[in-house]
Amino acid sequence: MKISVDVDKCCGAGQCVLAAPDVFDQRDEDGIVILLDANPPADQYDNVRKAAAVCPAAAIEVQE
Amino acid sequence: MTAPALARVAVVGASAAGLSVAEGLRRDGYTGRLTLIGDEPHLPYDRPPLSKQLLSGAWDADRLRLRSAEALDALGLDLRLGAAAVALDTEAREVALADGDRVGYDALVVATGVAARRLPGTDGVAGVHVLRTLEDALDLRGELRPGRRLVIVGAGFVGAEAAAVAREAGAEVTMVTDAAVPLADALGPDLGAMLSQVHAEHGVRIVPGVLVDAVLTEGGRASGVRLADGRTIEADAVLVGIGARPNTGWLAASGVPVGDGVECDATLHAGSGVWAAGDVASWPHPRTGERVRIEHRTNAAEQGLAVAHNILAGPDHATPFDPVPYVWSDQYDLKIQVYGQLRGYNQVRVVEGSLAERRLTALYGRDGRVCGAAGVTMPRATRRYRLLVAEQAPWPSTADLAPPPSARQAPSARQAPSARQAPSAGSAASGGPALSGRDA
Repeated sequence: MKISVDVDKCCGAGQCVLAAPDVFDQRDEDGIVILLDANPPADQYDNVRKAAAVCPAAAIEVQE
Repeated sequence: MTAPALARVAVVGASAAGLSVAEGLRRDGYTGRLTLIGDEPHLPYDRPPLSKQLLSGAWDADRLRLRSAEALDALGLDLRLGAAAVALDTEAREVALADGDRVGYDALVVATGVAARRLPGTDGVAGVHVLRTLEDALDLRGELRPGRRLVIVGAGFVGAEAAAVAREAGAEVTMVTDAAVPLADALGPDLGAMLSQVHAEHGVRIVPGVLVDAVLTEGGRASGVRLADGRTIEADAVLVGIGARPNTGWLAASGVPVGDGVECDATLHAGSGVWAAGDVASWPHPRTGERVRIEHRTNAAEQGLAVAHNILAGPDHATPFDPVPYVWSDQYDLKIQVYGQLRGYNQVRVVEGSLAERRLTALYGRDGRVCGAAGVTMPRATRRYRLLVAEQAPWPSTADLAPPPSARQAPSARQAPSARQAPSAGSAASGGPALSGRDA
């Protein structure tokens, strides 16, 4: 799995952090996504898929 | 009743909620026919940027696409765009489309969203706008030029975001609202007043506490508005932002229960293999028992996934939809975020930052329990209070807020305020709906 995020699209909702806290975080000042792990281990796949699905800005792309 | 063998799912509505249902079904292993029906001619696109980046011209329409063509292809959809659903036959399990086609289904999802409310008598009047679709936003964008006079009717998030964009484009903006304070409905009087002040500082003229009686026209084009108190305001364009109503007209003869939206049970099932997701869906919220309908972008995605899951589980094994609602709004350089439902709140307290700094997190309480959290330009800090909202935690005393709430059975310490980020004990206790500044 390879993850990429579009920080220009990101609206800082933090839904990805709620879904996959080991893979995503947010910047303090504006809430923009921080990708902690672009190639997460398999036990994170479900969380990451959920994060991409609920991202309200469609800013997370997942390639499997 | 058990679920019939599932070979045909039809989703009516090809925006965020409908797309989420489709993706959820495929991800959960559904391999049958999947028809996605949309009345707009466009591939699924995102609406929040319509009143933000698209309206300002920062983004073009292509950036609103929710998924790439390849990602949509991979879903294996029977995609029917530009084809409005006009009727539903729940006996025959068929949906009728405007082009005369009929689509059979074993399970049907209503994800038809909402339509912007208009002022009576303004249909077809040039210069009168609403803001719901891509075309709406592009039309309005054409009006936003230096010196053009724009009257915005209504002061919800859409009107406020459009006001900010219009000012930045150099238009003269007057905002008319029947509320005493713009945005007070959404955020309470103190935050509403603070945001009103921000708009005023950016040159928005705010006319509160009065209804718009009529749009005035000259030669078939809007020339202003007349207020209920007899005043008139001249304008070159009028944006009507007075809310939306669910698109349920096509269900009128179907027997599907419709009130304010499609009336589902807690699992989002409306009976007879019909489910609903997104702005159009109303359901009894498991935490409060109150019937709610939520017009938030994040709700559309979460509810779509929940419906997909429940369709595959079948009505007997479906699980209640139990979200923590979330909405955000961007106005000028402010980023506003709200978790939970603030409606009916009777306690509020600033727990980080302050109104004076225009950077804060506030907790909202109802009947002694936390019902919401709102943040202004403190997104990461505000998110940490989501846990209290999710738990409907008892309204914290000032002393409770000093140690981290994670002490109370937090499922994840990450989501709880840490000691470093926990509110200071200096926050003034507030029993009433007025905000207290942290140092008050």
